Amino acid sequence: MLPDHRAPVVTHMIWYKVGAADETAGRSGLAHFLEHLMFKGTEKNPGNRFSQVVADIGGQENAFTSSDYTGFFQRVPSEHLKEMMAFEADRITGLVLTDDVVRPELNVVLEEQNMRVANNPNSRLGEQIDAALYLNHPYGRPVIGWRPEIEQLTRDDALAFYRRFYTPNNAIVVVAGDVTAAEVKEDADDTYGKIAPRAEVAPRRRPLEPVQDASRTVTLADPRVEQPSLSRAYLAPSRTTAKPGVSDALEVLAHVLGGGENSRLYRSLVVEQGVAINAGAYYSPTALDYGKFGLYATPRSGKSLHDVEAAIDAVIADIREQGVTADELSLAKNRLIADAVYAQDNQAALARWFGAALATGETVEMVRRWPEDIRAVSADAVRDAARTLLDSRASVTGYLVHAVQAEEKHT
Amino acid sequence: MNAVLARFDYRNLRDFTRPLLIAAMFVATTPAFATTIERVVSPGGIEAWLVHEPAVPLIALDFAFIGGAVQDPPCKAGTANLVASLLDEGAGEFDSKAFHNRLERKAIELSFQAERDTLHGSLRTLSENKDEAFDDLRLALTAPRFDASDIEIMRGQILSMLRRAATSPNEIASQRWWQAAFPGHPYSHPVSGTLESVTALTADDIRDYSHRVLARGKLKVAVVGDIDAETVRTALDRIFGALPAQPELKTIGTMAPQGLGKRIVVKLDVPQAVVTFGGPGIARNDPDFMAAYIVNHILGGGSFSSRLYQEVREKRGLAYSVYDSLVWLNYTALFLGGTATRADRAGETLDVIQKEIRRLANDGPTAQELANAKAHLNGSFVLNLDTSTKIAALLVQLQLDGLGTDYFRRRPEMINAVTLDDARRVAKRLLDAGLLVTVVGRPEGLASIGAE
Repeated sequence: MLPDHRAPVVTHMIWYKVGAADETAGRSGLAHFLEHLMFKGTEKNPGNRFSQVVADIGGQENAFTSSDYTGFFQRVPSEHLKEMMAFEADRITGLVLTDDVVRPELNVVLEEQNMRVANNPNSRLGEQIDAALYLNHPYGRPVIGWRPEIEQLTRDDALAFYRRFYTPNNAIVVVAGDVTAAEVKEDADDTYGKIAPRAEVAPRRRPLEPVQDASRTVTLADPRVEQPSLSRAYLAPSRTTAKPGVSDALEVLAHVLGGGENSRLYRSLVVEQGVAINAGAYYSPTALDYGKFGLYATPRSGKSLHDVEAAIDAVIADIREQGVTADELSLAKNRLIADAVYAQDNQAALARWFGAALATGETVEMVRRWPEDIRAVSADAVRDAARTLLDSRASVTGYLVHAVQAEEKHT
Repeated sequence: MNAVLARFDYRNLRDFTRPLLIAAMFVATTPAFATTIERVVSPGGIEAWLVHEPAVPLIALDFAFIGGAVQDPPCKAGTANLVASLLDEGAGEFDSKAFHNRLERKAIELSFQAERDTLHGSLRTLSENKDEAFDDLRLALTAPRFDASDIEIMRGQILSMLRRAATSPNEIASQRWWQAAFPGHPYSHPVSGTLESVTALTADDIRDYSHRVLARGKLKVAVVGDIDAETVRTALDRIFGALPAQPELKTIGTMAPQGLGKRIVVKLDVPQAVVTFGGPGIARNDPDFMAAYIVNHILGGGSFSSRLYQEVREKRGLAYSVYDSLVWLNYTALFLGGTATRADRAGETLDVIQKEIRRLANDGPTAQELANAKAHLNGSFVLNLDTSTKIAALLVQLQLDGLGTDYFRRRPEMINAVTLDDARRVAKRLLDAGLLVTVVGRPEGLASIGAE
């Protein structure tokens, strides 16, 4: 429960601790498909009644799926909170699916796959990088699923998955907005409190990554690629799995290395050497098992991917060797910590931040103390994190190239 | 970990213009957050709309200069866009590195964007850093450096984006639509320019454009957050006071979209065909605008209940994304929609869309649809104004649209005043003119119609 009394509005979210990484092998895309099917109605609220009520009160709704969680939310005038809770509580166990609604929705998901992935060479490369990065862990499969497997998904698959994972004891409710904790508690007791658990929640033990011993490269060649680019991903710990302080150090590292135009990669590759037109880095810390640390760059015309990669590797070697300066450190920390203030301006984003953290094994306390954790990061910790993490043996480098260019390489 | 997938996807809206995005956050009941809009005028005569909200220690400042990409000189498409990309790349005594350093040190977020009709800027700062933030903005607007090295970097980034766009089905569908709809008009040119035009732009073009457009006379400003009216008054002169009084804008003619009835099919080897469709809209100051806004909502507006969403996605599974929006610009008004669908059913999808447009044009909406749409549009106001940045953007848009600070109060009355007869009449007016359609991909059985 996150108070925000600036407007009489509430954001209501339910997060299920199940995502694409919890799917059975051979059924990729099922978590996301079920998310779509959750809008098909229940016995008590058939068809699109829930959506219609949200629309009629001027509300917004949406849903999302990641590797680790599936979430549903509404933003409505605060007086409608309890009604939303009643609808969501009903849909935890009451979903009704017929082939008449399942079949068209499968086609919708296939079109979504076309739009997001098949039509976009860069997304296709992203999928191949993830598949190569995780040797054993299911984060290697796309959340939307592999197309041949999506095509095979059935109503029975969806219902089996639903009965196994959609149960109140596997859900988290996050409410942000113009209500009090006492009101939320009372409304939740009256709605969610009435739904009995229907499944045991098993511990989320997924396959583990072995020691990664070999750097990998993948190349996606497509005639439509007019602008080559490079992206690299390193296997990283998540905020949930990292040793104390390590994920905070990685956030600072990502910022110093590639957050914006002051970053080392941008300054070196774009401004000083002129080998790239863009370059940056990111770290995704919110995950149950592994985070991801990524770098990317786009070569300037006349420069090759090889030129760009050599320049990246030089920047990495330097930061591993020398670490970061005191000035870089304080600048990065200030910038990151300010985001916590900016987040307070966006109720929905704040709710999402907490929800994602809780659904991936963090605690409310961990989220609340994040600014302090960032403030406590030392230059030594950043250097150590760089030395440990930026190990090419635990990385995949992806090249996006024009198809003809790739064939020439082979001949 | 993979990206998060959402049930709906609004990304397709990005190709369009700013007013369209604002359309989704239209106004109805009075929200607590934005209850009081104060009109503030500085001693130097610069006006801003202010919402004072001290609950969170930050300030969002939004502004727009009239004269966006339409003011690009002939054969120099992309000038405004390049200028916008350079305005935060160094100013006064600070080169780009020093300038970015100043911004980042105080976590000040400053960005500029060229739209079709405006050059738009946006500043966000913690309130404790407002003095530095306002100084940085003043420098960016009044003393931009436009260093040669920065011009080359930004040009390189834009050219790279244009190379990507050259094989992106969404970009091609949108660009071909605007080209066919506005022959000979500045709206036919992409805001970002073309590979040829951007390659040829010079430092003089950039300076000339910024001298002509960055002026006080056609400036709209909004401020939201932890700052009071007195402070805003002083800040306005400090930030914008040194700009020239009036811009030097060339006259642009109005134009209705051309090519109605045409279908342009562009072959591209992608599995999914991308469709853009549209026709003439209704001007923002037209008495029928609100009725048209409601009709559009019923046809393909933001919610799942729209006819296009139901017929194309929900019943037939033909597409993930299908939408339609009103677009109002200074020199035209449109309704514009799109979808993306599998190649072998592209013809069917387009048939369904055209049938629904015809049906709504001929029969109008039902009383129930009208009531639902009004309820939704009235209720959604508070919900959509949930961040300072969004409120600031809306306040600038209302000023650009020539609406008053009492608009929040008047809007529900305007919505509720639309009768079923109005809606029927305006549906006919809006949707009966015929469509210009572009399709990119390898759609089976769909050929160009009426296009060279």
